Amino acid sequence: MDIIKQALPYIQTGLKVTIFIFLVALILGLVVGLVMALLRLSHNKVLNAIAKIYVNAFRGTPILVQLFFFYYGVNSLGFLSMDKTTAGIVTVGLNAGAYFTEVIRAGIQSIDKGQTEAARSLGLTGMQNMRYVILPQAVRRMLPTFTNQAIISLKDTSLLSIIGITDLTQQGQVVIAATYEAFKIWLVIGIVYFIMIYLLSLLASYLERRFEVR
Amino acid sequence: MSMITVKHLKKSFGALEVLKDISTEIQEKEVVCVIGPSGSGKSTFLRCLNKLEEITGGHVIIDGQDITNPKTDINKIRQDIGMVFQSFNLFPHLTVLENICLAPTKVRAASKEAAKQQALELLVKVGMKEKANQYPGELSGGQKQRVAIARALAMNPKIMLFDEPTSALDPEMVGEVLEVMKQLAQEGMTMVVVTHEMGFAREVGDRVLFMDGGYIVEENVPVALFTNPQHERTKAFLSKVL
Ligand SMILES: Nc1ncnc2c1ncn2[C@@H]1O[C@H](COP(=O)(O)OP(=O)(O)OP(=O)(O)O)[C@@H](O)[C@H]1O
Ligand SMILES: [Mg+2]
Repeated sequence: MDIIKQALPYIQTGLKVTIFIFLVALILGLVVGLVMALLRLSHNKVLNAIAKIYVNAFRGTPILVQLFFFYYGVNSLGFLSMDKTTAGIVTVGLNAGAYFTEVIRAGIQSIDKGQTEAARSLGLTGMQNMRYVILPQAVRRMLPTFTNQAIISLKDTSLLSIIGITDLTQQGQVVIAATYEAFKIWLVIGIVYFIMIYLLSLLASYLERRFEVR
Repeated sequence: MSMITVKHLKKSFGALEVLKDISTEIQEKEVVCVIGPSGSGKSTFLRCLNKLEEITGGHVIIDGQDITNPKTDINKIRQDIGMVFQSFNLFPHLTVLENICLAPTKVRAASKEAAKQQALELLVKVGMKEKANQYPGELSGGQKQRVAIARALAMNPKIMLFDEPTSALDPEMVGEVLEVMKQLAQEGMTMVVVTHEMGFAREVGDRVLFMDGGYIVEENVPVALFTNPQHERTKAFLSKVL
């Protein structure tokens, strides 16, 4: 029990960092994913190619290499200096964004063409059609896959401990260095991650029910 | 000046030439029915009138504005052309009322209250007021189509296009939709109706276009076209459907 008490402040710090990075990366991933999905669907070959390269680059390489690329690689060029947290957010965010791109693209394409035709025939612009007709329907279909990717991204944040970000995993290492209680501490850290992911999936199934297509 | 002028309209999908040379004029308040065998290009013709299909050649002039001119703001023109589809294409995530109010509020920037007021009036008109707060999934086919008509009317269009509005309906629901269309025609709406309902074409149409193989083969007032067709292909088609 003493050990848990000793570990608690560290776990708290780590939890805050993990949640912060996860949320910001998730938002970044969604925004980038939406933009890239629209590029993927555009008829412009160049825009299309940009989105394709992005998706393939991030899906075709390990996330750890991506992290090192941004933190050590890009920083070494000297024209910008990302701190650890920024590099971590960029890595997890862009990595998730690549998967979101495909999810959102597939979701949009799964909506019947007649919906767009009806909307456009009423005078809605392409953007209005997306915003009011297509995306609201697509999002409902995408929710389960979104949740999966969000959970994967949350787990991915634990890799950020490698570059010294003080996330939950890294704080676990710090406590163990002080207490030598590897078994108990990793068990506790595991449970904390598990609870976060459990809450996330509860939220997701609530949203799915809430937005159920009638 | 005519409401719709079509001059040498051509439309190809890749190598497939679907509309070969279509010319016709449709006057204000005229009800024109388009008939013809499957694959003859009726839907494609209709969809060229509001540029849901890219036009390959020729001109389509709506109320004085050439929509084949790239400078024409097609979104603006489409606000004046209602379209009703065989498959309804209601927005399933929105209630009946929201379906009708979407375009007036987002495109015309009407106030929510004004849009709702008008939507309710239109729902009364198509006999669907009780279903205002239902979702499309809860309606029968005939009810869906009447809502779709109300949705198109909410933009106060000058022209209404119908692409086989009753073909997906169970027979007992065809009448209720045709009734609404007939009323619309009597109120003076300019209408272009692709249909297999020869009775409707005969009773409500001012003119019937018979299309085959990408051309308008024959056009005439309904009585003349149905009782005294001039072309072999018209005769052959009518003998199958009448
Ligand atoms: N988007 C498209 N791409 C390729 N070919 C198409 C497309 N739309 C229609 N066609 C072809 O164009 C031809 C005419 O189609 P259209 O839908 O206009 O016929 P229709 O007269 O409406 O037939 P129906 O009575 O069956 O509805 C058909 O051969 C069809 O396969
Ligand atoms: Mg058709």
